[in-house]
Amino acid sequence: MIGYIFQRILAAVPVMGFVALFVFLLLRLTPGDPAAIIAGDTATPAQLEAIRDSLGLNDPMLVQFFTWIGRLLQGDFGTSILSGKPVIELIEARMEPTISLALTTITLSVVIAVPLGVIAAWKHGTLIDRFVMLLSVLGFSIPVFVIGYLMISLFSMELKWFPVQGFRPIGDGVGDFLERIALPTFTLTLLYIALIARITRTSMLEILGDDYIRTARAKGLPESRVLMRHALRNCSVPIITVIGIGFALIISGVVVTESVFNLPGLGRLTVDAVLARDYPVIQAVILLASLIYVVINLLIDIAYVLLDPRIRYS
Amino acid sequence: MSDSLLEISNLRIALNGDSDKQVVKGLNLKIQPGQTMCLVGESGSGKSLSALATMGLLPKVLSPLEGSSIRLKGEELLGASPGRMRNLRATAMSMIFQEPMTALNPVARVGQQIEEVLEFHSDLGQSERRRKTLEMMDAVHLPDIEKLYRSFPHQLSGGQRQRIMIAMALIMRPQLLIADEPTTALDVTTQAQILTLIRELREQQGSAVLFITHDMGVVSEIADDVTVLKLGEVMETQNVDNLLRHPQTDYTRDLLRSVPSQVPRPPRSDRSEKIVLKTDDLCKTYGGTGLIFKSREVKAAQDVSLKLMQGRTLGIVGESGSGKSTVARCIMRLIDPTSGSITVGGQDIATLSQKELKPQRKNIQIVFQDPMRSLNPRIEVGQSIIEGPLNFGVSQEAAMARARELLELVGLPASAVDRFPHQFSGGQRQRIAIARALAMDPDVLVADEAVSALDVSVQAQVLDLLAELQERLGLGILFITHDLGVAAQICDEVMVMQFGRVVEYGPAAQVLGQPQQDYTKALIAAAPGRHWDFANFRPFAESAPAAGG
Repeated sequence: MIGYIFQRILAAVPVMGFVALFVFLLLRLTPGDPAAIIAGDTATPAQLEAIRDSLGLNDPMLVQFFTWIGRLLQGDFGTSILSGKPVIELIEARMEPTISLALTTITLSVVIAVPLGVIAAWKHGTLIDRFVMLLSVLGFSIPVFVIGYLMISLFSMELKWFPVQGFRPIGDGVGDFLERIALPTFTLTLLYIALIARITRTSMLEILGDDYIRTARAKGLPESRVLMRHALRNCSVPIITVIGIGFALIISGVVVTESVFNLPGLGRLTVDAVLARDYPVIQAVILLASLIYVVINLLIDIAYVLLDPRIRYS
Repeated sequence: MSDSLLEISNLRIALNGDSDKQVVKGLNLKIQPGQTMCLVGESGSGKSLSALATMGLLPKVLSPLEGSSIRLKGEELLGASPGRMRNLRATAMSMIFQEPMTALNPVARVGQQIEEVLEFHSDLGQSERRRKTLEMMDAVHLPDIEKLYRSFPHQLSGGQRQRIMIAMALIMRPQLLIADEPTTALDVTTQAQILTLIRELREQQGSAVLFITHDMGVVSEIADDVTVLKLGEVMETQNVDNLLRHPQTDYTRDLLRSVPSQVPRPPRSDRSEKIVLKTDDLCKTYGGTGLIFKSREVKAAQDVSLKLMQGRTLGIVGESGSGKSTVARCIMRLIDPTSGSITVGGQDIATLSQKELKPQRKNIQIVFQDPMRSLNPRIEVGQSIIEGPLNFGVSQEAAMARARELLELVGLPASAVDRFPHQFSGGQRQRIAIARALAMDPDVLVADEAVSALDVSVQAQVLDLLAELQERLGLGILFITHDLGVAAQICDEVMVMQFGRVVEYGPAAQVLGQPQQDYTKALIAAAPGRHWDFANFRPFAESAPAAGG
């Protein structure tokens, strides 16, 4: 097991290398010039050239790439072209809101969606099942910003239960933190409830037809035991997969939700950087997102081994 | 009346509660304490559904109709509350199932799966439960119980898993054990052991057994009384000896006549010296490669040399893991042999590339075990049949005309070409699969357990068909089977395999009649019902003319 994890971490190195190369080339090959954006509309060609020189944009591509990689390896993600601050500081500042939102959303979604999916499968074909399916179709099909504005209009403007927008770090007090993170969480959670409930229901339906479920019932076990211990445990692999990918998706950017609720998260940092052609920031954010995907995939694979004894990696 | 342990009367089970869609039509059955009742029937007879109804485990779409009654020790089970049924399960009645591979939860340790029964049906403490579980595992003769207790199902053999199931079912000492085809998925030697175990535990615990099976051999080994079911109706109920000697209904008689006899067919005179298939020292090894560490080598087939003449049938028999299917797949080049030669149509095909192989493919064709899965469900039967010939440049019209002929040859209407596989029964589908194989005009037909998934009456028909086609077309047939009876019935020569090696090879009469090797003898001894000449309604011991009468 430990050997396997070590092997997987080693394998992630070339993956990250390829991602780095890809990100670098993709940005260099898209039209648009950061120097022009920095210099503004009235800059002379000489000024532009000076800015390009100072950013290293006039060096050959290969030199630019290796300079960048060399600095990365020393933990230097460069300096934002737009704000002049170190990229690492920008990202650090934006991490907390995004990770907070991801954790609250996934936790809430799992707590609601898994039981819903289990019950829907157990009561397959009944009103409860149809209600869960309807909920999941709604969750999939209503755009996030519509839900967001509806939430704001109802819970903030009408009922005045929650503030309209903003973010408070958890260090400033759990109450304040929860008050501000609640609405964005509710907004995002609907989509994830839909996703997780659906996958839970589908896998449970399949598993409930399996022979060992009949065996469990033949043993005279109560339904709760049959469902939770025998059925749900066997569905855990697809459910964990969806949860993991969902988590990674939120971390790597929920731009719309962050914009609607004015959360200073990674998603908005990315969009701002893209619009400004802020190469160092874009590169760092994409690399970070890839790293998160690689780590989460590794965690998912480790979870597989723990959850299903038939899966063995060598 | 009151002495019956289980009394089923007028049990009618219908689809969606619709009395026009009855799948069990008025079953009456009584089991006394300590008695073994066999419920015999082919697929669709309703034997498993009757058992599930007793346990209260019928699928939701099926329900017993008004007037049905199932009484366990006088207590009516139909209409009992779910809680009451849960209490009765495992304590008063238990059930074991056909597929030990899928009947256990794959992600829970087997010891805990047994122990769970005690958790819900006894007040024992944890250490006491564990002790009792280990005791029960020992009682079903599992080896190394401390280690097995912590094992997961996939780490156990099929026989061991079935022992776990039995331990689970009997740990609360229920008076009734329902066994639904418990040995059907097992090898014959394992089957013999499990049957012995069930008999032994029945005697120890004094429980009654409702034993569901389609296999008359098993019936003759284990039953006290037998109830024969056909399409949900009871044909007859008799003491086992009476049933086998004096069946009362045509259906039972037909069923008994269809049982393949263990006695090898009389040798046929050699009509042809033409060798259509030959292998020399055929080997297939799995594993042994790997980037860093060599994986464990598995020799699935070792030094298999065989010869098949035109118009003859060679049987390869063996238990699971014997390598019989590996040989068949190598010969078909569905997998690549590791070494050795395979001669078909005068050419060694063992090392041909896929492209060079293509023209040779038509010489040798295969029929698989499961006709439910071996035909593409979305393609009309006719299209499935002509696909091969079209690949070899036959015109659509000519191929389709031939498909119609072939369907008639295998006993189906020519109009079947326009229908889809799901519109046919299992036996009919296997006929289609045979027609598909014949469409290529092969010299050799490989039948890989081709009748194993079929009911015995259908099996007998398909075997007759194969014999008839062989007669007519001069086919060489390589017949892979685990069933010695089937092999005895159809094969001219028999090869017995174990652990990838050839144990014994020779004329059927010799290998099955006077086996030389211990393994072959053990296989024959384990075959259930070998003492009975079912087709003649008497034991073999009585079929020899009495001397000095």
